[in-house]
Amino acid sequence: MQTLIVEPNIVRPDDFYEALIDMHRDLTDEQSQMANAALILLLANHVGDLGVLREAIAAARTSVKPT
Amino acid sequence: MTTDYQKVEFPYVRSQDQDAREPVDHPVVVVGAGPIGLTAAIDLAQQGVPVVVLDDDNKLSSGSRAICFAKRTLEIWDRLGCGERMVQKGVSWNVGKVYFRDELVYSFNLLPESGYRRPAFINLQQYYCEGYLCEHAQALANLELRWKSKVVGVEGQGDGVALRVETPEGPYRLHADYVIACDGARSPIRGMIGQESIGRSFRDRFLIADVKMQAGFPPERWFWFDPPFHRNQSVLLHRQPDDVWRIDFQLGADADPEEEKKPERVIPRIQALLGRDAQFEIEWVSVYTFSCSRMDKFRQGRILFAGDAAHCVSPFGARGANSGVQDAENLAWKLKLVLARKAPDALLDTYDDERGYAANENIQCSTRATDFITPKNNVSRMFRDATLKLSKDHAFARRLVNSGRLSLPATLHDSPLNTPDCDTFSGEMAPGAPAADGPVMVRGDAGWFLAQIGGDFNGVYFSDGTLSGDIHRSFASLSRGAIPLTAIVVAPKGISLPESPGGTTVVEDSEGLLRQRYDARAGTFYLMRPDQHVCARWRRFDVDATRAALARATCTG
Repeated sequence: MQTLIVEPNIVRPDDFYEALIDMHRDLTDEQSQMANAALILLLANHVGDLGVLREAIAAARTSVKPT
Repeated sequence: MTTDYQKVEFPYVRSQDQDAREPVDHPVVVVGAGPIGLTAAIDLAQQGVPVVVLDDDNKLSSGSRAICFAKRTLEIWDRLGCGERMVQKGVSWNVGKVYFRDELVYSFNLLPESGYRRPAFINLQQYYCEGYLCEHAQALANLELRWKSKVVGVEGQGDGVALRVETPEGPYRLHADYVIACDGARSPIRGMIGQESIGRSFRDRFLIADVKMQAGFPPERWFWFDPPFHRNQSVLLHRQPDDVWRIDFQLGADADPEEEKKPERVIPRIQALLGRDAQFEIEWVSVYTFSCSRMDKFRQGRILFAGDAAHCVSPFGARGANSGVQDAENLAWKLKLVLARKAPDALLDTYDDERGYAANENIQCSTRATDFITPKNNVSRMFRDATLKLSKDHAFARRLVNSGRLSLPATLHDSPLNTPDCDTFSGEMAPGAPAADGPVMVRGDAGWFLAQIGGDFNGVYFSDGTLSGDIHRSFASLSRGAIPLTAIVVAPKGISLPESPGGTTVVEDSEGLLRQRYDARAGTFYLMRPDQHVCARWRRFDVDATRAALARATCTG
């Protein structure tokens, strides 16, 4: 069974982070939110495994509202 | 002369039971002559169980109401001998299109492969469906329809149910061994016994407008999210017979239902869709809300609840009437065996197990569709719109778009009546699955597999082109059992087996599709229930295993 990878896994993390912030360049807040939603959906499909996705969803929620 | 099914009125006729000193006993009383009650009554009557149907009204459905009848429903009506007329009159369709704002984002085909007798859906006004079922029912000697007969009292007793019925000529009493309550979403019977249907109500209001017009749209289901002609809401278009088109407008939670029904409100909405110059007449208008709910148990002693009386769904997905028709057929064969004392009363508990499972699936599908169509907050709207935008270019997102997961029959995976597989199979035809159709040759004529099975238990034997004397003798012995099993032999494509002397039907798998759909090899044997569901299967036929599975499927083990 796959589990959510939380150890470093991105080869060039600074490049990724820059690209992520760049995605939002010149976007209104609403457009940014829409782009974030699209990005989540694209990445979720790439991951595919529902167990991993549920783990990521739980970790994201906990980061905002600890249980 | 053609019948105007919207105007038909059935006469109230005094029944002999009203003059009896003591309440007359009937094996089965069905309450409600809608599509579910009529299907249940016809199925029972044709299986030899006398039925009385009570209905508080004397007309067919007012307005087109349920219009989408699914392939499985048509297959059930085919088994009862009422399917062909529905399909002849109905508008067959397989394709759906989804629009977001001003563009088509994708289309889907619900029945991409051929080799099925029936289409994914037909659209047919509910009054035609009920009218055809009524005419079929009226021709059955052991089925009695009693109009203007309103059940006002019901009391479960040890050995049956006491009913109090009101008629234009006053009340009378009846006794039934079993009652099937198909009296709709607000089921008075349910209320009388202190039961409830519990679930979630949705606040959004919807407008249905049936309009008559000459239009060139194809027979497809069109769904718009947030279209320019009805901003921030959804719209659904369906074609019905007689040049009638169903248009369903989402109105939001604050709409005033009385105001929204007025022509001066409805006409501009339709013109916004069709254009200002469009010529149309309004046939029927209704404003509705809905809930997804169910009773805790569909069996309450000797009262069995079916259709909307037992469970309610949103209209997205056409899972209301279609699931109710499946309830009816699930119940009919079980009641027949219990009434004939060939199976114990416990078999009726499995009606709740199986149809409760199906109801949960339908409620889940229909709740999810409703949440997608009517997002409840900004973030859910954002994800929905992002999904719709992505769906134009990315196939994965089309699988997430939910304009209604259109009715498919449940595979009853967890049913206690199934015998779990001990051999390896792939494909859809697992124990609990509704049997797949396929083209066959029968006695030299082209026909359909599903027309050969159902009503009784069937054994379906996939032959290599031969049939041994041993197997033949086993089939003959199974056909003489207390609960008879009728064997069907499927010969491979290109081979026609002679009709066997014992009368076992032989069909040729004329396009090889049955072998594919059932993942069958020479020797594979399927046990099918009277409602055309798989309940066991093996790679080789074994008479003892078959008897054990039959006992399990009837709670007689």
